[in-house]
Amino acid sequence: MSAWYKPRTETVVALGGLVLVWQFASYFFPPFLFPPVPAIAQKFFAIFIDAESLANAGATAGRIFAGLAGSFLLGVVIAFVMGRSERSYRYLFPLLNFIQGIPALSWVVIAIIWFKGTEPRIFFIMVTTTVSAFSFQILDAYRSMSKELFEMTLSFRPGRRDLFRVLILPTIVPGMLTAWKVNLGNASRVVVVAELVGATGGIGYQLLQQQQLFDMAGALAWTLMLVAFVLVVQQVIIRLERWLLAYRPTAERSA
Amino acid sequence: MSDAGDSAIVFRDVVKRFLLPEGREESFLAVENLSFEVARGERVAVLGRTGCGKSTMFNLLAGLIEPTSGTVRALGRDPFREFNWFRGRIAVVFQGDRLMPWRTALQNVELGIELLGRDKEERRAVALGWLERLGLKGHESDFPHALSGGMRQRVSIARAFAVGPEILLCDEPFSALDELTGQRLREEYLQLVKENGTTSVFVTHSISEALQLGDRILVFHRPARIALDARVAGGDREDIRRCVLEAMTASGTPAEEEKDAA
Repeated sequence: MSAWYKPRTETVVALGGLVLVWQFASYFFPPFLFPPVPAIAQKFFAIFIDAESLANAGATAGRIFAGLAGSFLLGVVIAFVMGRSERSYRYLFPLLNFIQGIPALSWVVIAIIWFKGTEPRIFFIMVTTTVSAFSFQILDAYRSMSKELFEMTLSFRPGRRDLFRVLILPTIVPGMLTAWKVNLGNASRVVVVAELVGATGGIGYQLLQQQQLFDMAGALAWTLMLVAFVLVVQQVIIRLERWLLAYRPTAERSA
Repeated sequence: MSDAGDSAIVFRDVVKRFLLPEGREESFLAVENLSFEVARGERVAVLGRTGCGKSTMFNLLAGLIEPTSGTVRALGRDPFREFNWFRGRIAVVFQGDRLMPWRTALQNVELGIELLGRDKEERRAVALGWLERLGLKGHESDFPHALSGGMRQRVSIARAFAVGPEILLCDEPFSALDELTGQRLREEYLQLVKENGTTSVFVTHSISEALQLGDRILVFHRPARIALDARVAGGDREDIRRCVLEAMTASGTPAEEEKDAA
């Protein structure tokens, strides 16, 4: 663990303190309000040894990745259209801004009415709630491209594909990675809401089950599962970022 | 479609007018009836201050913009209409080093050769040769942020020479360097241009630099047209310096020496 992720002392103290306070509270409140920490831990680890539970966790992870991948691809296309044509930008900007302002819960309702199957519903919700952020972040990265580097590259007369490969792609990679980090958190919150309302599997569905059983330990275990997933993927992105942006001075990279 | 004889570069009655931003009807005249020729292998220094149209002249020559009227020819062809033909034939050394921060020194030198479609081994060998020639052996794997200003400018010079250009355009490449580094790089640059027989157009603000690097000095008026065309080779340098200074004063272009004296 130390080689891959080394937590700071402050992180350990803060989270350890929260666990202690929770455990302390469990002595004074009933288990359906504050279950003891060992009970939560037991339920959390039980998820990893039960095939059905793992499948539920895997379903949520798959939905997050599928939704983000779809949104990312669409966001890249929209960003390039907006970046290359001022006219397109004038039409697309207000549309994306409008879409961004619609709450996730409204998209859930719309998706349930529009789509029959669970997966298309959740995919639609994931894409609509994250595509604006992807588009804007990638557009910002594209527009921040150095005019001087552009002129320099152009002086060697590259073809379109070469121009994209040697200049545009390396320029927008940092923006793309930031977009993934930001949208991962958003997507994990939205997917739970979508599963809570319209799915028969996944972490959101499991949370609904625990709520109906009044099982606070189970609800917390599934919540921890989602948080752990997000943290692991974020670490993967940070490692990828460090590798891809190794050329930057240390101070400019993610700590 | 060659119509330039022995000339590597021909500007004939070139006018370039830029439209001002939306809502304004007037246009900005950057180049006004600019005419000059540069012979193959000749080194021409262009003196002119910011706004005198030398960047526009550069962009016209590089084929990045089209003249409003007149003729621009490089190696007998139209650099704007036959843009891709000039791949590897024209290279530019800019005022700043303009290195790609995500590429190592070696990869930056390889850029132009890579865009020519040469295979990896060949371009690596060429780039390594140029880095060694410019005293950067041992820094091949360094990223630009780890190099000094002088080293970065050397990398950019190596990048330009690595494609083996017939025409080299230089836009004040040594102006941001300290005097000692600048002087050393000027000498190295001059040696490389002479050895390779490269036709070069070198823009500068300094008369001394123009006298050192050019066979000929062109002084630009504002908007760009020739205020003086002086041959350096074989002439009395003090006479040329005085003529250049007078031309620059008359064209409203203060030379560095003049400013220093003031």
